[in-house]
Amino acid sequence: MRIDKDLVAASATPLVLGILAGGDLHGYAIVKRVAELSDGRMQWTDGMLYPLLHRLERLGYVEATWGTSEAGRRRKHYSLTTAGREALAERQAQWGVVSDALRQVWQDVRTGPQALRPAEGWA
Amino acid sequence: MSDHTTLEAQIDQWRAYLQRRQAVVSADVDELEDHLRGQIADLTAGGLDDDEAFLVAVKRMGGLDAVSREFAREHSDRLWKQLVLVPGEPGARTWWRDLAVLLAFALGAGLAIKILVAATADEMVMVRNAAFVVLPFLAGWFAWKRRPAPVVAAVVVTVAAVLALAVNLYPFVPAGEGDPGMTAVLAATHAPVVLWLLVGVFYAGGAWRSHPRRMDFVRFTGELAVYLALIALGGGLLIGLTFGVLSLVEVDFEAALSGWVLPFAMPGALLVAAWLVEAKKSVVENIAPVLTRVFTPLTIVMLAAMFVVLLVGGPLTAVDRELLILMDAVLVLVLALLLYSISARDPHARPGVFDWVQLVLVGAALAVDAVALTAMVTRIAEFGLTANKTAALGLNLVLLAHLVWAARLGLGFVRGRQPFAAVERWQTAYLPAYGAWAAVVVLLFPPLFGFA
Repeated sequence: MRIDKDLVAASATPLVLGILAGGDLHGYAIVKRVAELSDGRMQWTDGMLYPLLHRLERLGYVEATWGTSEAGRRRKHYSLTTAGREALAERQAQWGVVSDALRQVWQDVRTGPQALRPAEGWA
Repeated sequence: MSDHTTLEAQIDQWRAYLQRRQAVVSADVDELEDHLRGQIADLTAGGLDDDEAFLVAVKRMGGLDAVSREFAREHSDRLWKQLVLVPGEPGARTWWRDLAVLLAFALGAGLAIKILVAATADEMVMVRNAAFVVLPFLAGWFAWKRRPAPVVAAVVVTVAAVLALAVNLYPFVPAGEGDPGMTAVLAATHAPVVLWLLVGVFYAGGAWRSHPRRMDFVRFTGELAVYLALIALGGGLLIGLTFGVLSLVEVDFEAALSGWVLPFAMPGALLVAAWLVEAKKSVVENIAPVLTRVFTPLTIVMLAAMFVVLLVGGPLTAVDRELLILMDAVLVLVLALLLYSISARDPHARPGVFDWVQLVLVGAALAVDAVALTAMVTRIAEFGLTANKTAALGLNLVLLAHLVWAARLGLGFVRGRQPFAAVERWQTAYLPAYGAWAAVVVLLFPPLFGFA
């Protein structure tokens, strides 16, 4: 299954913030975690993650520090700030509303024909 | 352990390719390379050979054009330092076509000046209309380049037209022979401010709400001022030399100079400077921010001296509106220093010494202004308000509000309580206040003060 591009884009920020809430990570580790969480079904264009991370950094949601990888190379780690936690809570609330509404709508679709049957009979 | 030289060469090549993108700085390249290597290591551990792993990893990274465009969107300040057009962006025009269109607009502006000069002998009419006949050509050039939405363009043109009608049709009462009244001068000096911000709307391609575009316009304005000064200097030199040589052979250059050279050279210089700022492909840093680094400490010294002199130096009761106007000029200078160093600052850098220096600068300006304002308010209470005093006082308060809040946010930033984005955003969010105030002076002051 291929996930729609817009959906991937919309969910990127809350996903990144949520993943970083679990601990500091570098970019590649975030991408790996996303693949893990979605069983590999959510494929990001990896390069796009970094402009997003930089935007979150500019907004003060994440903080970046340079460290070194196991191989001794420069590696940038990102961690969630207090403002980032607040933003995450806000996003969670928003997505809660959206998924709630979707669930109800889909329940209606599933039970819809039955609910309509009496009306049809009446007509 | 197998030999990875081919892989290393491939990564090097990929790095070099990426490094050519203006929006991607070397720290980003390091970050992306770390990602690429992580991906390759995982893929080779999964059984792929170096070549395959490299290809898959590069593919997953995404098209470099698209990725660097995304970087450009986030870091428009970097692009500003180098090249204005993102390579590969659709609609990128060749520079000579750009220049040809620009020269046509410059010629139009020159003709408009000629027509204005021919149409009237009244100097005041020329002065108050100069901006109205020149700036539309600059705005027109930006409109041609950026294609703003027709609705936005229509609104901008309407506002400009209302201003033009006001400054020309208000029944201003001259103060004396050859001496225009206060409100006439105020309207003529404030209208260009509003017009300039309207040019900014076209500069931003109609996206006047966008804070990054507003910051771009601030950068543009600063660079334009520097380029214009340099062009004027060079032009002055050329005119001086021509004058010298022609006077030796007793040809009078005066008529040609004031009749033809200046009317075309002055608006031409403005438009060519605008084109240079837009098109410069240099890797040179912007000059305005460099100047701020030099002048910020010097200005602090100046402000400290002013503060001491104002406090101990003598009776402030004798001061007149000139003090207010000078104070406005000082605040504008401080604001420019602040704005241009903010516009060039790396938004990701941690608070540093210069941020503290800047805070001291703003603090000193506020202290000096507080002393001057106290003196002025007592004087105004005694002698009442004139149009000039009200305009100067109003501008002072508009500037003061800008600086006080900037100081507050700046303090929050150096203490690590505010992201830099908040400091930056405040500057651009406040810009329309200047346009609004200038519009009030142009449109409401004349009727309020009886057109005197």
